[in-house]
Amino acid sequence: MSAQTVGAQPAVTNVPRGDEGQTGGRQRSAWLFIAPFGFFYVCFLLGPSLYMFVASFFDTSIVKNGLGNFIGLENYSALMQSRDFWSSMWHTLQFTIYTVPPLVILSFVFAVLANRMPRGSTFWRLAFFTPYILPSAAISLIWVFIFTADTGLWATVQKWLGSEAPTPVLGTPSLAMVGVAIATIWWTIGFNFILYLAGLQDIPRELYEAAAIDGATPWQQIRHLTIPLLSRTTTLVLLLQIIASLKIFDQVYLMTSGGPGTSTETALVFITKTGFTDFRIGAAAAASFLLFVVIVAIAVIRQLAERAQQKGA
Amino acid sequence: MATIDTSGSRRSGVSVAAPRARVAKPGANGGKTFNRITAVVLGIFAVIWLIPSLWAIKTSFTDNAVSALGTQAILKDVNPTLASYSALLGGGDLWNWYLASFITSTLSAALVVVFASMAAFAISRMRFRGRNVVFVLLLAGIMVPADVLIIPIFQLLNSVGLLNTYWAVIFPQVSSVIALFVFKQFFDGLPKELEEAARLDGATNWRIYRSVIMPLSRPVLSAMAIVTFVGVWNNLILPLYVLSNPDLMTIPVGLATVQGSFGQRFSDIQASTILGALPLVVLFLVFQRRIVEGVAGTGLKG
Repeated sequence: MSAQTVGAQPAVTNVPRGDEGQTGGRQRSAWLFIAPFGFFYVCFLLGPSLYMFVASFFDTSIVKNGLGNFIGLENYSALMQSRDFWSSMWHTLQFTIYTVPPLVILSFVFAVLANRMPRGSTFWRLAFFTPYILPSAAISLIWVFIFTADTGLWATVQKWLGSEAPTPVLGTPSLAMVGVAIATIWWTIGFNFILYLAGLQDIPRELYEAAAIDGATPWQQIRHLTIPLLSRTTTLVLLLQIIASLKIFDQVYLMTSGGPGTSTETALVFITKTGFTDFRIGAAAAASFLLFVVIVAIAVIRQLAERAQQKGA
Repeated sequence: MATIDTSGSRRSGVSVAAPRARVAKPGANGGKTFNRITAVVLGIFAVIWLIPSLWAIKTSFTDNAVSALGTQAILKDVNPTLASYSALLGGGDLWNWYLASFITSTLSAALVVVFASMAAFAISRMRFRGRNVVFVLLLAGIMVPADVLIIPIFQLLNSVGLLNTYWAVIFPQVSSVIALFVFKQFFDGLPKELEEAARLDGATNWRIYRSVIMPLSRPVLSAMAIVTFVGVWNNLILPLYVLSNPDLMTIPVGLATVQGSFGQRFSDIQASTILGALPLVVLFLVFQRRIVEGVAGTGLKG
């Protein structure tokens, strides 16, 4: 073999497989590419997840160093007996029930209708999507102002509608969560709206044209074409929405700080209160873990649903 | 941009057999009437959706003394004033918030784009031992709700002395697994031949990443940069707990303090809402398509 072919041949034959001498170098180089991201992943995602799980079995506290004493399942059994914990879980569920159906159904309706409009797509996006890019703190300030008792916009509208003494939305235990939910629906519907619009873009126009030639009414087209063809998007929107609603924190913290009483205290608010106000890290970790399990379970359902749909498709 | 798709929100081609529509009376499909109803219904909802923002804007241009009297006074007021805006822009707080949000969002976006794309490059284009383990670990990371980790993250930052620094806001947000997957998906779609030629010429992996892959990935890079920027800009829970120094507060944390410190000065509160939201609204108007594509592609939900 001449020197020339030695230089050229291994390169040609070995590129697809990677030769023995180069494997080590390539291995190292791959890890070097992953290292920077991996570092942050381990420090701020994997590590904290494991720490949280471990700490949930200790009486860890912010006021003393280290994990503290091992107490087994005591944090969990204390939580199971804690009324505050169960009520925070119930409020989280309540918020999820209030927000998920409107956020899925309304965003679907808005997207289907907007998609049918020949003009004005920028306007619809602006109207429905802009709130989504505002900071949650901004939307909370707007809605707290709208819900101001007696003199606020909503109270005034209610007076015009004939109510003599409108009840303050955020100050009434049974209504406060509704107020938080309304602000959330207004704020985040644009996200689902965009997902639905993206899904609608992929339905070929010819299908509608063929249906129209067959004499299908717009309503029939929506029922028999749009809804079934968007079922994948709907699954995605639904599960993302449930997960997002279970993590509700910002609006509650900003609009009601959990009140009045504890009527809007949700799981994540309960967790931060237990950890940062009561300094009971171990107990907060146990509560975090339980919430974590619920969210991961739903995320797994999402993955499975996606896979099932991909297989079916 | 079918390429930025991890969410599965877009279908490739029509796969589900469309059920044949029941045949109605030919010609009588009511399309026109339906479109008119559509326009009206959508218009009403759009107006409802615009009211809160318009109300905040109207209030911000009203005098504090008038807005304190309530809705009717604000509606009747016809003397728009910039008093609240000039007061806020004249003080230092708002500028500090802008600076903090700008620094943390820009740095986070830059780090996410560089680090996540590098890792995605390795996973997508390189074969190495342990690749599957890395992949599965990262996949699991997608499901971890980061907000729930606030307490351990706080403790970690506390123990390394990073509390009350911008890094405390930046670092935890660098591990965006979703960005990594969007990049991986995009790189998977690039043809192999592109880098093979370079590899034959003896180019290193770093060179292929820098000079072949990155230039081709501009749309997805900018989409991820913007989505990360917006996400970090709007994050409340992390800066709320890791920054207690008022000079370092980001816009959401700063706004969170407004309610208490401004009391009944409704016009000032709404003006600070508008000013706090303004940079992102401008960003949105400029990069509308990129932001919408990024959001639709990642399935990130706040």
